[in-house]
Amino acid sequence: MDLTQMQRRLVDYTSSLFREGYLDDQFTQLQQLQDESNPDFVFEVVTLFFEDSQRLINELGEALDQQNVDFKKVDAHVHQLKGSSSSIGAQRVKNVCVIFRNYCEERNTERCMRCLQQLKHENSLVKTKLETLFRLQQQILTAGGSIPMWSE
Amino acid sequence: MDSNGLSCIERKLHVLAVDDSIIDRTIIARLLKKYDCKVTTAENAMRAMEYLGLGHEQDTSEGKDLKIGMIITDYSMPGMTGYDLLKKIKESSTMSEIPVVIMSSENIPTRINKCLKEGAQDFMLKPIQQSDVKKLLSNEYSSY
Repeated sequence: MDLTQMQRRLVDYTSSLFREGYLDDQFTQLQQLQDESNPDFVFEVVTLFFEDSQRLINELGEALDQQNVDFKKVDAHVHQLKGSSSSIGAQRVKNVCVIFRNYCEERNTERCMRCLQQLKHENSLVKTKLETLFRLQQQILTAGGSIPMWSE
Repeated sequence: MDSNGLSCIERKLHVLAVDDSIIDRTIIARLLKKYDCKVTTAENAMRAMEYLGLGHEQDTSEGKDLKIGMIITDYSMPGMTGYDLLKKIKESSTMSEIPVVIMSSENIPTRINKCLKEGAQDFMLKPIQQSDVKKLLSNEYSSY
């Protein structure tokens, strides 16, 4: 595959992630903060996010596993995850958090547990998607090309 | 000098950014640095207070010596909130003149008004975008 084909593939792949709702405009904001002096900015922030989201997902699992669920605690964790997913543009994860918080308010353990499953799923999905994105970018860089900027 | 003409090399604005989320701290720091600010981050209000030389028997001049030009803080933080921090700064003998900006992911008018009433310079809704920071800094520089 030549450089132009690789770049085309990256643009198409990225567009699909936006189209399918995995990413929103906030991700583009992060891309715009990356430059020659901060070439790994997006990767850095995304890595921090997944470390944090895993921690929060683990804590949510523990919190919901209790005899008497502390919904305030559960809500606090979800609020954090909602914030960070919103900050990096992980739209689907954020959307699950919004619904999750409603069930916290209702003190509905069953529904909360289902939301947690959904969160795990969406978190894992977007992680895989972004790993693919970074791999495609790296291929281009290794081949001596530059990463094309797409327009919103 | 960046192309937006907002940076001021002789008088780089030193901003203290306070947020308990490492993701948000990383993003706000980069946003501010893009506009040529010097940035120090703190992971909670207590650390921020220590950095500013506040919270002891007597406010020290540490904060003044650091030449902090602006404080940007998240509202919702465990323990001491951004609002509490705002109050402490405005009550202090050394830091009360420093503009304080509050960030929050929740658009709650009563919350915003409460902060503005307490002397917050501005309120920014998360997720913070480049245009928000640009606007904030251009307001700041135009008041020089």
